[in-house]
Amino acid sequence: MDISESVLTWVLIPAVKAVVVVVLVATAAGVLTYIERRTLAFLQVRKGPNRVGPEGILQFVADVVKLLTKEDVVPAKARHVIHFLAPVLVMVPGLAVFAVLPWGPEFTMRIPGLGKLTTAWYATDVNVSLLLLLAITSVGIYGIILGGWASNSKYALLGGLRSAAQLISYEVPMGFAVVSAILMARSLSLVEIVEAQKTHHMWFILPGLVSFFLYFVSGVAETNRIPFDLPEAESELVAGFHTEYSGFRWAIFFLTEYANMITISAVATALFFGGWLRPFPNVAALSFLDLIPGVIWYVLKVSCFLFVYIWFRGTFPRYRFDQLMALGWKTLIPISLVNLVCVALAALGGFRGLRILGAILWVAAIGAFLVVTRMRASKRWPQSAGPAPAGARGAEA
Amino acid sequence: MSDLVGTAGAVPESEETMLGLREMELNFGPQHPSTHGVLRIVLKVDGERIVSARPDVGYLHRGTEKLFETETYPMIIPHTDRLDYVAAATNNHAYVLTVEKLLGLEIPKRAQYIRVVLDEMQRVSSHLLWLATAAIDLGAITPFFYTFREREVILDLFEDYCGARLTLNCMRVGGLQEDLTPGWVDKLRAFTEDLGAKIDEYEDLLTENRIWKLRTIGIGILDTKRCIEWGVTGPPLRAAGLAWDIRRAIPYECYSELDFEIPTGKNADTYDRYLVRIAELRQSRRILLQCCDWLDKNPTGDIRGKVPRVIKPPVGDAYASVESPKGELGFYLVSNGGNRPYRLRVRPPSFINLQALPEMARGHMVSDLVAIIGTIDIVLGEVDR
Repeated sequence: MDISESVLTWVLIPAVKAVVVVVLVATAAGVLTYIERRTLAFLQVRKGPNRVGPEGILQFVADVVKLLTKEDVVPAKARHVIHFLAPVLVMVPGLAVFAVLPWGPEFTMRIPGLGKLTTAWYATDVNVSLLLLLAITSVGIYGIILGGWASNSKYALLGGLRSAAQLISYEVPMGFAVVSAILMARSLSLVEIVEAQKTHHMWFILPGLVSFFLYFVSGVAETNRIPFDLPEAESELVAGFHTEYSGFRWAIFFLTEYANMITISAVATALFFGGWLRPFPNVAALSFLDLIPGVIWYVLKVSCFLFVYIWFRGTFPRYRFDQLMALGWKTLIPISLVNLVCVALAALGGFRGLRILGAILWVAAIGAFLVVTRMRASKRWPQSAGPAPAGARGAEA
Repeated sequence: MSDLVGTAGAVPESEETMLGLREMELNFGPQHPSTHGVLRIVLKVDGERIVSARPDVGYLHRGTEKLFETETYPMIIPHTDRLDYVAAATNNHAYVLTVEKLLGLEIPKRAQYIRVVLDEMQRVSSHLLWLATAAIDLGAITPFFYTFREREVILDLFEDYCGARLTLNCMRVGGLQEDLTPGWVDKLRAFTEDLGAKIDEYEDLLTENRIWKLRTIGIGILDTKRCIEWGVTGPPLRAAGLAWDIRRAIPYECYSELDFEIPTGKNADTYDRYLVRIAELRQSRRILLQCCDWLDKNPTGDIRGKVPRVIKPPVGDAYASVESPKGELGFYLVSNGGNRPYRLRVRPPSFINLQALPEMARGHMVSDLVAIIGTIDIVLGEVDR
C-alpha cells in the first residue's frame, strides 16, 4: 500500500522533518565552530581545542553549557523588548531557510506494516523556493540592526549601521547571481535547478563561473565573515552589533552565523555544483560513484565551501567600510549585470549556448590565472637572498 | 581641543555636518581590544569619519621618573625594564649608556658586542610583536601565530642568557652581569639563519595582499617635515624618507664596526612603515650574524670595565640615547654627586610618536584609526611611565 498521499504523511512527516532539521542544523553549527577552531589552529601552527572529549570534539557542548548558565546581562538603558527580540529575529529566518534546501533526491522506502512511503531529503519544495530563500534571509538583517540599536551602545550602533548598509548592498549582486542560475535552469525551484543540471549534462559552474564567484563573495559578505566581517570587527568595534549581548542570546547570534554559512554553502552547491548529483552525472563510466548516496555528495560539497570560509578567515585582513561598499557597488554589481546579460543570451541558445559560454569563461579564467601568476612571480619583493634595497619599496614604486 | 587637532584631512570643522546631524563622540578605550593597552582616545566622528582624535594618556602612570630619584644607580636598572616592557634590553642599554657617559667609563669590546646582540634580538622580537598586533588589528589573524613562534625562540634565548624572558635586567653600568652561556652563540646563529625564510613567510601573507595594501597605503601620512616638527623618530621617520638612525647618526658601542643599511620609505604611510620594519628585521638579522662571527672569533674576554664599587657620577648632566625598536630612546641624567640621581628624565619614543596621532588620524575612518595606532607602535608602559 502506498501511504505517500495519506493525511498522516502530510502532517507527521513534515513535523518530523522540521524537528530533525532544527536539531541537526543547531548541532551542525556547533560542530562547525569546533571544526573551524581546529582548522584555524592547523593553519596557524597551534593545536586548538583538544581537551574536552576525544580530540576536543565535545568542546562546543561545553561552550553551549557555559553560555546557557552564564548571566544574561542587559544594559540598563537598552530597549528591553527589542533587545530580547533581536536574537530571535536573527535565528528564526536562519533556521527557516533550511526548509527549502534540497539535501537529496526523492526516495521511496518501505515501512513494515504500513506500506510504501515516498518522501525526499528536503522538508519541502516550493515552486518559488529561491525567492522564498532570499526573502527569508533578508529578514535576518532586522535582528542585527535592531540588536545594535537597542543595546544603547555606540559601538553596537555602529556595527548595526554597518551591517544594514553592507547586507543590503550585497543582496543585489547576490540576487543577480541567483537570477543567472534561474535563467540556466528555467525554474525557481531549487530541486528543479539541481535536476536541470542533470538534463543539461553539466554542473552550472561551467557556464556560471562568474555567477558562482559573485554569489560566493556576496555570500561571505552576507554572513559577516572575514574579509567582510565589519559589523562585528573586533579590533575596531569591540564586538560590533552584539557587543552588549551575553550568555545564550549571544550564543544565538553566534550559532546563527554558522547556520547562515551552511545555508550559503548549501545554496551555492545546489545552484552551481549539482546539488546531490555526483560529478559528471551523465557519464556512465563513473556510475560506480552512485554507490555513495546523494546526501553524502551534498554534504561533501557543502563541507568544501565551509572549509573555504575558514581558509579565508586564516588568510585575509579585513576590508574598510567604504572599500567594502565600493567593492559591492562599483565592482560586483556592474560585473553581475554584464554577467546576467551574457548568461541570458547564452540561455537563449539552449544547451549549446550555455556550453559555449562555459568554454569561453573557463579558457579565459585559466588564461588570466596563468598570466597573473607569471606577473606576480616576476614582480616579487626581493627576499632573503640579499640585503634589502635602500628604498624600502624597491624599484616598483 | 582645536589646538590638538592637526591640519591634515578634508573634513570641515563645523559642528553641523552634511546631513545636518551633530557629530557623535566616541570613547575609544581605555578598555578596547586595539589600543594596545590602556590608551584612551576621545573621538569625534561624523558617521565613521574621524573629525578629531584626542589621545588621553596616563592610565598606566606609575611615577617612574620620581621613583628613579629615590634609588641608587644600580637599583634603577630593573625599573627601566618596565618602561617599554617588550624591549627591556634597549631600555637597560639607554640608561647604562647615560650613566657611563657621565662617569666616562670604557666598556670592554666583548661586552659591547653582547650588548649589541641583545639589542638586536630585542629589536627583532619587538618588531615581530608589532607585526603580530598590527596585522591582527586589520583582521589578519594568522601572522600573529607565525611571529609568536619566532618570538618564543628569542625569549628562550634570553632566558638561557639571563634567566628572564621579558624584564631582562641584563646590563650593568660598565658592562654586563653575566657572560654568555656555553653554546649560546650557536643557538643564536641557528635561529638567525632561519629567520630570513620566516620573514619571507610573513611577507607572503601580507606584502602583496590586496586587502592589506588597500588598508595601509595612503593611511596616516606624516611627512618628513611634520615628523621633525613633532620629534617623531624611529620607523615612522624613516618611512617618511629620512635615514635617521641613532646607530648610524650618533654611533654607540660597536655599531660603527658593523655593516648594515638603514631602510627608508618614500610615502610616509602605514604601508611604508610596514615595509621599513620588515626591512629592519632583515638588517637586524645581518647585524646578528656579524656579531655571531665576532663572538666566535673572540670567545673570551672581559665583560665589565673598571667600575667603582659605589657608583657616584660627578656633578653634572649627560644625555645619551639608543635606537630602540620604537625610535630614539634617551635618558637625561642630572647628578649632584650623590649615589642617587638628582633627576633622571626619559625621552620615550612611544609617547612622542603618539603625539602625532590626531594629525595622522584626522579625516580617516574609525577602522583606519586602528591601523594608525598599530603603525605608530606604542607601548603604554613607555607612554605613561
